Amino acid sequence: MRQFLLFISIIAVGLLFLSRLFYLQVYDSNNYSLFEDNAIRKVYDYPKRGFVYDRNGKLLVANQPSYDVMVIPREVEPLDTIEFCSLLKIDKEQFKKKYKKARRYSPRLPSVFVSHLSKEDYAVLQEKMRKYDGFYIQKRSLRSYETTIGANVLGDIGEVNNAIIRKDPYYKMGDLIGKQGVEASYEKILRGVKGIKFIQKDRFNRNIGPYKEGKFDTIPEQGKDITITIDAELQAYGELLMQNKRGGVIAIEPSSGEILAMVAAPTYDPNILVGRGRSKNFTKLYNDSIAKPLFNRSLQGVYEPGSPFKLMNALIALQENVLTPEETVTCYAGYKYGNRFMKCHCNRGTRNNMTGGIQRSCNAYFATTYRKILDKSGSASEGIDTWSKHAKSFGLGNFLGYDLKVGQKGRIPDRAYYKRIYPRTFYSTYTISNAIGQGEVATTPIQLANMIAAIANRGYYFTPHIIKNIKGETLPEQFTKPKYTSIDKANFEPVIEGMLQVYKKGTASSLQVKDIEICGKTGTVENFVKIDSVKTQLTDHSIFVAFAPKDNPKIAIAVFVENGYWGSRFAGKVASLMIERHIKGHTTRKDLEEWLLKHTLENEYAKPYSGEPFKINGYTTLQIVEEQEYYRLKKELNRINNTEN
Amino acid sequence: MVRDTNKHFKFDWITIILFFLLVGFGWLNIMSASHTGTDLNYFDFSQPFGKQLVFIFLTFGLVILLLAIDAKFYERFSSVIYIVSMLSLVGLFLFGKTVNGATSWYAIGGMTLQPSEFAKTATALAVAKYVSDLNTNINSFKDQIRTFVIILIPALLVLLQNDTGSTIVYGAFFFVLYREGLPKYYLSIGVSIILLSVLSLKFGAIKTSIIALLFLIGFHFLSKKRLRIFQSIFILLVSIAISFGVKFFYQSILKPHQQDRISLWLRLEKDPQKLEQMKRTFAYNLNESEKAISSGGFTGKGFMEGTRTTGKFVPEQHTDYIFSTVGEEWGFLGSAFVVIVFVLLLLRILHLAELQKSQFSRVYGYGVASIIFIHFFINIGMVMGLIPTIGIPLPMFSYGGSGLWAFTILIFIFVKLDSNRINEW
Repeated sequence: MRQFLLFISIIAVGLLFLSRLFYLQVYDSNNYSLFEDNAIRKVYDYPKRGFVYDRNGKLLVANQPSYDVMVIPREVEPLDTIEFCSLLKIDKEQFKKKYKKARRYSPRLPSVFVSHLSKEDYAVLQEKMRKYDGFYIQKRSLRSYETTIGANVLGDIGEVNNAIIRKDPYYKMGDLIGKQGVEASYEKILRGVKGIKFIQKDRFNRNIGPYKEGKFDTIPEQGKDITITIDAELQAYGELLMQNKRGGVIAIEPSSGEILAMVAAPTYDPNILVGRGRSKNFTKLYNDSIAKPLFNRSLQGVYEPGSPFKLMNALIALQENVLTPEETVTCYAGYKYGNRFMKCHCNRGTRNNMTGGIQRSCNAYFATTYRKILDKSGSASEGIDTWSKHAKSFGLGNFLGYDLKVGQKGRIPDRAYYKRIYPRTFYSTYTISNAIGQGEVATTPIQLANMIAAIANRGYYFTPHIIKNIKGETLPEQFTKPKYTSIDKANFEPVIEGMLQVYKKGTASSLQVKDIEICGKTGTVENFVKIDSVKTQLTDHSIFVAFAPKDNPKIAIAVFVENGYWGSRFAGKVASLMIERHIKGHTTRKDLEEWLLKHTLENEYAKPYSGEPFKINGYTTLQIVEEQEYYRLKKELNRINNTEN
Repeated sequence: MVRDTNKHFKFDWITIILFFLLVGFGWLNIMSASHTGTDLNYFDFSQPFGKQLVFIFLTFGLVILLLAIDAKFYERFSSVIYIVSMLSLVGLFLFGKTVNGATSWYAIGGMTLQPSEFAKTATALAVAKYVSDLNTNINSFKDQIRTFVIILIPALLVLLQNDTGSTIVYGAFFFVLYREGLPKYYLSIGVSIILLSVLSLKFGAIKTSIIALLFLIGFHFLSKKRLRIFQSIFILLVSIAISFGVKFFYQSILKPHQQDRISLWLRLEKDPQKLEQMKRTFAYNLNESEKAISSGGFTGKGFMEGTRTTGKFVPEQHTDYIFSTVGEEWGFLGSAFVVIVFVLLLLRILHLAELQKSQFSRVYGYGVASIIFIHFFINIGMVMGLIPTIGIPLPMFSYGGSGLWAFTILIFIFVKLDSNRINEW
């Protein structure tokens, strides 16, 4: 027994050590990763983010340097917080909050402590940085906007959040990522690939040289410059015209699908989302739940298209051979179906053929047409499917597939949709509102603009896109290959003729532009909101679609102005002016320009929130902008006109 | 293994091979832990690994010398060796050089020599000599006291020089004496005192006293060997006295840094600020060495590839914390290898000691195994955070000439004694 005491002790200690080693090195040890090793400092080398140019080569977005204070919580030593806070211009509470946040993210990995120091602050801080263990300054590059327009197009970059970091390990806390617009769509191309240097540290946190002579280091790959399809001048002009209104404008070049202008009103200056003011300003924009400046109305706004949709019905009718362009329908200042009546602006007894129907936007004509389409085979259910199929071939009722992140499907109803509403019987009259683009039909401005582009092309369209050119790359096929609609080319001519007459003699005759044959269609759309859960009608939306010139079209445009009352009142003017400006390079209809700058719809938008009963449409008076605002806009207009020459 | 035909092959080669295996592997790790810069010159004698290489070469000479000397010499001159060694320890008070608070070195020219390392060997010889003397009866109280005095003299001398670690090593002789017949109650008393101390520090004196009381009541009724009631009461009173005495010892006699180490080990400290402060001072070593070992994973990062070793994150890594280099660069495989080699070496020495026919050789062999075992246990236990921080080198592994030579002498005297056992009739 006595000789076993030491023997047993040795065996026991041996086993104890082996199990402890097993615990430390196998059980408790995470797989070793260079990134997790706090003996190795990881220094990222951020590449230059690619520039953004407009279609004419004008620089829109560039870079500017910025300095961030980074922290690695585990390496922080007690410090003179009061001095440190005053250098960073934060208070002690913020210090604690930021430190906690960084610690929660990871005690080992660097997080941004304070971002976007000014050059002056950086100079002062840099001198004293040695004193603060665990903190260091990282230089990075911020966006610098060379323009004040196109916030909704250009988008912005911001710090990645935890959800993004979890999804894509490329991003580390404090990295910047494109949040909206082309910055988000072309993030990978613009950002390049950051480089990394691994540096061996000693226990005093000093660098003692590259780890393994830099064997694992990578050099950054520069971001690529991109050219977008936007015409900055036209965009600026459109944004100016849309000031003090709400809505969206989309202009497309029909021969390529390139988006020439994409206006969302109201908008904001993209520069306010750069630098230290970013989060404050973003919160302000985000919290504006009434005007919704971050809501890209030209892509996300879903509206009933109204009369422009009559063009679609005309096309379908011709394709389905349910009427000829010459056939006339007599309008009785409206259309009677069953015991209900749909009003029309035509004089009683007007006989409209297709051109006349479009020109005068005759509701009776299109109600008849719509019913003929649906009742062609004797079954309205089959009819609605045929109708739906044709409309969808124009890209309506679904995502278009353009290269911006936000959008809406809109709605083109079909048999399945109505089956839920009318399970038993279904007649064409149930959905007669679709005839005039109201009821269940809903589109976004870009879908409508694309539809007009397809009409302008007489039967095909290119998926609208914002990217014109990436240095050293070709565009994806989806943007260069035409998509054909289900309507034959010949069937477009009567409809286009009608659209031409809209300008010549019809609802937009007051908007004619000298020397340009514009084909257009006005729209006036009833709309409702819920105020205290009571469905309330607001002033009609003003909608306008057009393309020009009639032959060899250069621009197709859709304009939505919320609560603008009727099509040619606001939207038509904007469309005409933008078309003229795009084709001629300048505008001759100064009267229209003047009118648009002078009038505001802000009082219209304020009504539903006033809490008081209000009047709409014909009972409203149009508000004139204040003198100061008028001069500001006027100055802006002069600036745009001057820079062009 | 033992061949009678050739005299040179009578030495126990297993012990010798295991010994040099540890020395060689140790040197590789010292190199890893102490090299600086990228261009590496193995013979850069200004660096620890270069110096250690010289020490290792000198070791070969030392081994030949030790094995050449007649085996009887060690037994015959053990008293002289002991007295010279003790004098060298006393001399430190006059001529010693203080490093890291411990006055344990003689500075001779550019070299330093640590006599306390050699004193262990001398004490082992002296104990072997005294216990194996025909006139000594370890069961007699008088002889027990005399043996204790032989051990306590060097232990107290190194304690006075502030070398707590080396003092604890002398506890190793308990294994030796127990093997040679020290009464069993010494073991019971020793284990009880350690248990009571730890319990008392961790849970407080009152709870510990209650535990002792319950234990004794249980023992009284369940054990066949019943103690008389007044014996039980006496033991209880002593236990209570120890329980309360430990607190006093801990607070008044131990130095603050020793208190801290124990309180960290037993997780006594609850004040987060104090804990933070500990983490930055002495617990820093422990924390870093545990992290280094843990970061090695199963296979390690590879020789000279340890990022924490290269970054010198673990202070004293080439001396007391050398095992953390093994852990980081060689992983679980390498660390387990080192532990197993140590265990094999210890068991081999123990086995040989039991085979000895002369009591002197057996006692000495036991002494060798016990001393190396205590070093092994305390050093690796400390580096892995199992026991409180106690500064003590890992035999054959840690950097240092005195240590290496002292262990060489310790082991090879035994190898020589063992080779001679055939003549021991």
